[in-house]
Amino acid sequence: MPILSRRALLGAAAIGATAPLTAQAQANFAGRTIEFVIPFAEAGGSDVWARFLSPFLARHLPGQPTVIVRNVPGGGSIIGANDFAQRARPDGSAIFGPSASTHLPFLLGDRRVRYDYAKWTPLIVSPTGGVLYVSSRLGISRTDQVAELRGKELVFPSQGATGLDIVAILALHLLGLNARYVFGMRGRGDARLAVERGDANADHQTTPAWNTQVMPMVRAGAAVPLFSYGVPDAQGNVQRDPSFPEIPTFEEVYRTLHGRAPDGLPYQAYRACSVAAFAGQKPAVIPSDTPAPIIAAFRKAFEDAVKDPELIARRGDILGDYPQAVGAEADALYRTATTISPEAREWVRNFLTQNHNVRF
Amino acid sequence: MMDVIFGALLELLTPTRLMFMMLGVSVGLVIGVLPGLGGIAGLSLLLPFIYGMDSTSALAMLIGLIAVIPTSDTFSSILMGIPGSSASQATVLDGFPLARQGQGARALSAAFFASMLGGFFGALVLTASVMAARPIILLFGSAELFMLTLFGLSTVAALSGGNLAKGIASACLGLAFGMVGAAPATGEYRMDFDTLYLSDGLPLVIVGLGIFALPELFNLLRGGGAIAQQNPMGTGWIQGIKDVLRNPWLVLRCSGIGALIGAIPGIGGSVVDWIAYSHAMQTSKDASRFGKGEIRGVIAPESANNATQGGALLPTLLFGIPGSGSMAIFLAGMILIGLQPGPAMADRDLGVTYTIIWSLAIANFVGTLLCILLAPGIAKLTTIRYPLIAPFMIMVISFAAFQASRSVYDLIALFAVGILGLFLRRFGWSRPAFLIGFVLSLGAERYLYQAVQFSGWEFLTRPVALIILALTLLSLWAGLRRSQANVNTEGAADESRAASMLPQLAFTAVLLAFFVWVLFEGLKNSYLAALMPVVVATVGGLSVLTVLVFQARGATAAGSTNFDQEAKATDAGPWPFVGWALGFLGLTLLLGFFAALALFFIAFLRVVARCGWAQTLLLTAAACGFILILAHSLNLIFPGGLLQDHYDLPWPLR
Repeated sequence: MPILSRRALLGAAAIGATAPLTAQAQANFAGRTIEFVIPFAEAGGSDVWARFLSPFLARHLPGQPTVIVRNVPGGGSIIGANDFAQRARPDGSAIFGPSASTHLPFLLGDRRVRYDYAKWTPLIVSPTGGVLYVSSRLGISRTDQVAELRGKELVFPSQGATGLDIVAILALHLLGLNARYVFGMRGRGDARLAVERGDANADHQTTPAWNTQVMPMVRAGAAVPLFSYGVPDAQGNVQRDPSFPEIPTFEEVYRTLHGRAPDGLPYQAYRACSVAAFAGQKPAVIPSDTPAPIIAAFRKAFEDAVKDPELIARRGDILGDYPQAVGAEADALYRTATTISPEAREWVRNFLTQNHNVRF
Repeated sequence: MMDVIFGALLELLTPTRLMFMMLGVSVGLVIGVLPGLGGIAGLSLLLPFIYGMDSTSALAMLIGLIAVIPTSDTFSSILMGIPGSSASQATVLDGFPLARQGQGARALSAAFFASMLGGFFGALVLTASVMAARPIILLFGSAELFMLTLFGLSTVAALSGGNLAKGIASACLGLAFGMVGAAPATGEYRMDFDTLYLSDGLPLVIVGLGIFALPELFNLLRGGGAIAQQNPMGTGWIQGIKDVLRNPWLVLRCSGIGALIGAIPGIGGSVVDWIAYSHAMQTSKDASRFGKGEIRGVIAPESANNATQGGALLPTLLFGIPGSGSMAIFLAGMILIGLQPGPAMADRDLGVTYTIIWSLAIANFVGTLLCILLAPGIAKLTTIRYPLIAPFMIMVISFAAFQASRSVYDLIALFAVGILGLFLRRFGWSRPAFLIGFVLSLGAERYLYQAVQFSGWEFLTRPVALIILALTLLSLWAGLRRSQANVNTEGAADESRAASMLPQLAFTAVLLAFFVWVLFEGLKNSYLAALMPVVVATVGGLSVLTVLVFQARGATAAGSTNFDQEAKATDAGPWPFVGWALGFLGLTLLLGFFAALALFFIAFLRVVARCGWAQTLLLTAAACGFILILAHSLNLIFPGGLLQDHYDLPWPLR
């Protein structure tokens, strides 16, 4: 690709000009401005996350540079990701914060995608969780009554089959539950309202919204959690989500219903999408062709930042109770979240085309 | 209860916190005065400073900004004829004629006073309903929201601009433009020419500026003089306040409309001003002055748009569902300072809610005072030769436009829509109807599909849906009843009877061709995504055909379809200035926005405004300095051109 090589040359030239950055032994960013590029507009999860992390990153990078958030919105984050892949200088002047909406088109092979996760190195991965729940109007009041849902019709309000909701769609399909999807929701908040109102009866929410918005419904007996998507441990085995240890994982519920552990292509596809959408949702990355000392400095800065007592004290709902993956853990989680076997990809593409009219 | 309310007030009344509120109010004032820039830009400017602030100060600052924007955006609507933000588009229709008649002071004071009352009303609604609003908001499901979009569309009858067929066609044109991008039911991309930019749909800010601001700007330039023929202010300060006091029920009803529509997530505040405006028209005994300088046409939208903010805070705080773009950023600000919206805001965190309400009320009051203090100074702008102001306007409008997606495509889209707006204006196709169609397009499609999916066609029998349906029919009847003495949204009809029908016929034919294209594009999709484009193209196409038949019968027989503002023009029309704007766009595509802006300023000031070199350079430097400060505080990279594709330049040329 001629463009990339040209960019690489420019990057090299830039490094030559600003000698201190390439100081062979240790990078120093004093007096520099580093951009944290977010492929979404102001407001919204990724923007808030980057704005929260920026001051801590600045504090722990050598030389305490200024870290600013730059929003490059459009195309459901594909524009910003394509732009970063094409233009970012490999000199540590910019890092990038993709999210589930960036991972999923890549995994599904969207033809508009011009970025490649293999060419980026993760610095941190911030997990989030998700819970799928149903309305008690379906006639169940406890999580372990999930088998009674067989033969009933779940009505699931969704933003679209190729976004975050693909995880719920695949999970319900694997469980053999019958669900009808009503698309075109403008956000997960609208979907939750549709359930609360009684128009719909099944939905899933990410951790912060689950805690503040759905838990009151659960306590009032109006909503019943079915399963969480869980968080993979260091070995890649799915464990219960630390934010809601009382809720079983999808895998546990599958075993209850089918009497065996899930496997095969459909489960592979589910796993890739589920980790991309939840546990591996928010990585910060840097181009892999950046000089090693700079990458090392960034990784170290994030390792220190997540141990910062002030960050731990203020993380609130923005990071939640999740252990932030840095170092080798970040590498493992990032790889799971951004890779899918060609066969599993083919299967999920066919599935979406046949069931939800998606054209690739 | 009372102790919570007044405890929140005491907490707010410390010097530091009031200072932060004033900071928010000041930024909001400036951003509101600049055409096109509204709450989204203002809040983005403040967001980086939120982190680490004490939460009451941060809330006071953000609310200070949100509260003042629908007040201060009135300046450019009334004085320049360019909407200050999407909330004040309807104010232009009567406010601008008033200013040109030398009644600017009256229009401004009426607008500010109505804004303040509307803002207080919004705060009051919030106070009274925060405990009880949850079930009310839950009443509005997809079925009710669909009915509300129909209600919004019914105002087209009153705003159709002298000819109903043209009004309906304009609304359909807007509906078609609104359908660009992903279809709500299936996610299929429609009319996007396979581009990533259009896959998100056309941004509202660009359509608003293109359709209203640019045509006004080009036409003001033609005169070459100042906007106001005489002293624009006059002495009507007291008169304006009296005007508001004489219409207490109008203020109350429009504030109610604003607060209600703001409170229902899913419709959004961008059409509130139009709904209030058409309501004022429908309920006036004599509607003949509307569009020519009727003060009620200023009071109605201005009381509604400030009340909207109070209403819009309800779903934001209680459900974490932002009703508008600025509420989304406010929500992000709340999360950054560690507040999570939800049911607790009406319970455990009630104190926070009342802090917000008090901030809203106080900021509305302070904002109004500041606006009145600044008005005489700002109004002087209208006595300056317009060629000196125009380049600044083009700069700010372009800057506002590329806030949408930070790309050069924003500018291309802006000028393309601007040229469409120019033709709509010239030939009397209602631009308000176009905008209402555009804003409600996806909503109408989305909520109809969802309502049928959730409850089948029985959704039509839900009680709230039936009530809204009745209101819609009432509004339609009131609008059609007045279709004889209809307000002409695009200018005086009697001066626009053309003898030669050819230009009009040509444009009407282009519109017909467009609807045929929409029909074919629509048919490419699966059933659910094809239905709406096909219906809109059919209705729009038939309306245009009707107009075409009338126009083809000759200048006199065409009746109210005959409308051409250029009929008696003797100059070259707005085209030389369109040429200048396109030249600026071309330069941007070559050299990037910043370099193009500097060159455009120098050339325009030298050639069109005929300035000396000293004045030219001074004004250019001022403009560049201003835009650099603004861009720097927003961490913006200007859109690049061919030059930037090949060379890696330092900011701001990057």
